[in-house]
Amino acid sequence: MTVWALMTRTNLMESSRGPSQTGRPVRSRDAAVRPFEEIVAEHGPVVMRVCRALLGPADAADAWSETFLSALEAYPKLQPESSIRGWLVTIAHRKAIDQLRGAARRPQPAGDLPEIPATDAASAGESSMDDDLRAALDGLPAKQRGAVIYRYLADLSYAEVGELLESSATAARRSAADGIASLRKHFSKGAKT
Amino acid sequence: MSDKQIIDRLTNAFAGAGVDSDGRLHSRLAALAEKQGLLDVSYRTVDSPLGLLLLAATGEGLVRVAFSCEDHDAVLARLASDISPRILRTPRRLDEAAHQLDEYFAGKRRAFSVPVDLQLAHGFRRSVLEHLRRIPYGVTQSYAAVARAAGNPSAVRAAASACSHNPLPLVVPCHRVVRSDGTTGEYLGGPEAKRALLAMEVAA
Repeated sequence: MTVWALMTRTNLMESSRGPSQTGRPVRSRDAAVRPFEEIVAEHGPVVMRVCRALLGPADAADAWSETFLSALEAYPKLQPESSIRGWLVTIAHRKAIDQLRGAARRPQPAGDLPEIPATDAASAGESSMDDDLRAALDGLPAKQRGAVIYRYLADLSYAEVGELLESSATAARRSAADGIASLRKHFSKGAKT
Repeated sequence: MSDKQIIDRLTNAFAGAGVDSDGRLHSRLAALAEKQGLLDVSYRTVDSPLGLLLLAATGEGLVRVAFSCEDHDAVLARLASDISPRILRTPRRLDEAAHQLDEYFAGKRRAFSVPVDLQLAHGFRRSVLEHLRRIPYGVTQSYAAVARAAGNPSAVRAAASACSHNPLPLVVPCHRVVRSDGTTGEYLGGPEAKRALLAMEVAA
């Protein structure tokens, strides 16, 4: 082992293979060429936030996996200039709609996959599970609820929110404001914080 | 309660940070991706006496071994453009390679038996790598001899270049190729690393 102990680390020449990215859009290095792992690491938390808000803790883990699995499939074809967060939230939105409709339940995952028990998913990281808030959020009209979630939990622009909700940026802004106003009214009526 | 307090309460209630602290969600995603044929490149890192090594594999086999001085993030970005951006950190697929490297550095392994994928090398460079794989443990060869064995005796510089661009250092033992005058020559992991590897192999 002494032979290793004696070594000092030297930094050396980078292996430079040259930037030969022929035939790719100039900006491809910014977006589409990032390893997918980076996308999961960077956007995993926001997608989970959205899945929890849309579906509740028990189904959020499944929706999160399904969202990233679909994203992984489509990722090589993603336009370099796309907003990755907006794209992922759009996929999560569709997965949530599918799950709520019960239409797209895929066959049970094979036994060799690590299962995520609902109880664990519910407790994982959600220390401040705010049942009252969840109930109030779930009680909002669909557009308001969507606008609040996509604007404030996913941090999308009103234009993106409008697109997701099949309305305009202006309508999205109004829905978000109305939603927040309702929540505020709900909590000032004496629900304890 | 102000709007801001409502919004803060919302973001706190659904906070996603630390959501996958034990990595189970990620493991499940990787397992699903592999099952559906969507995992083109998996990778992990492994500690070694030469610093942290990055190991990357395709379905074919080990495709890249990188020293930390090569900048692992840059190496992964290059794999994303050269092979596929469908890349996930998936330690399981690379456990065997990591284990064999451990054994190698402990002096307990003289040859690697994990499958390799040489797709990152083309033409003459690839012939060189295929020849390198046949140079036994503890033996050195000159760049000239390698050029000859790879089918082009006059391509000594090209042979040296193939070694310095070896995508699979250690596993494809380019460190066993030295200058005709007996000096070690350059190495992806640094000349000192090369000397240390050769010393280890001679001593073992």
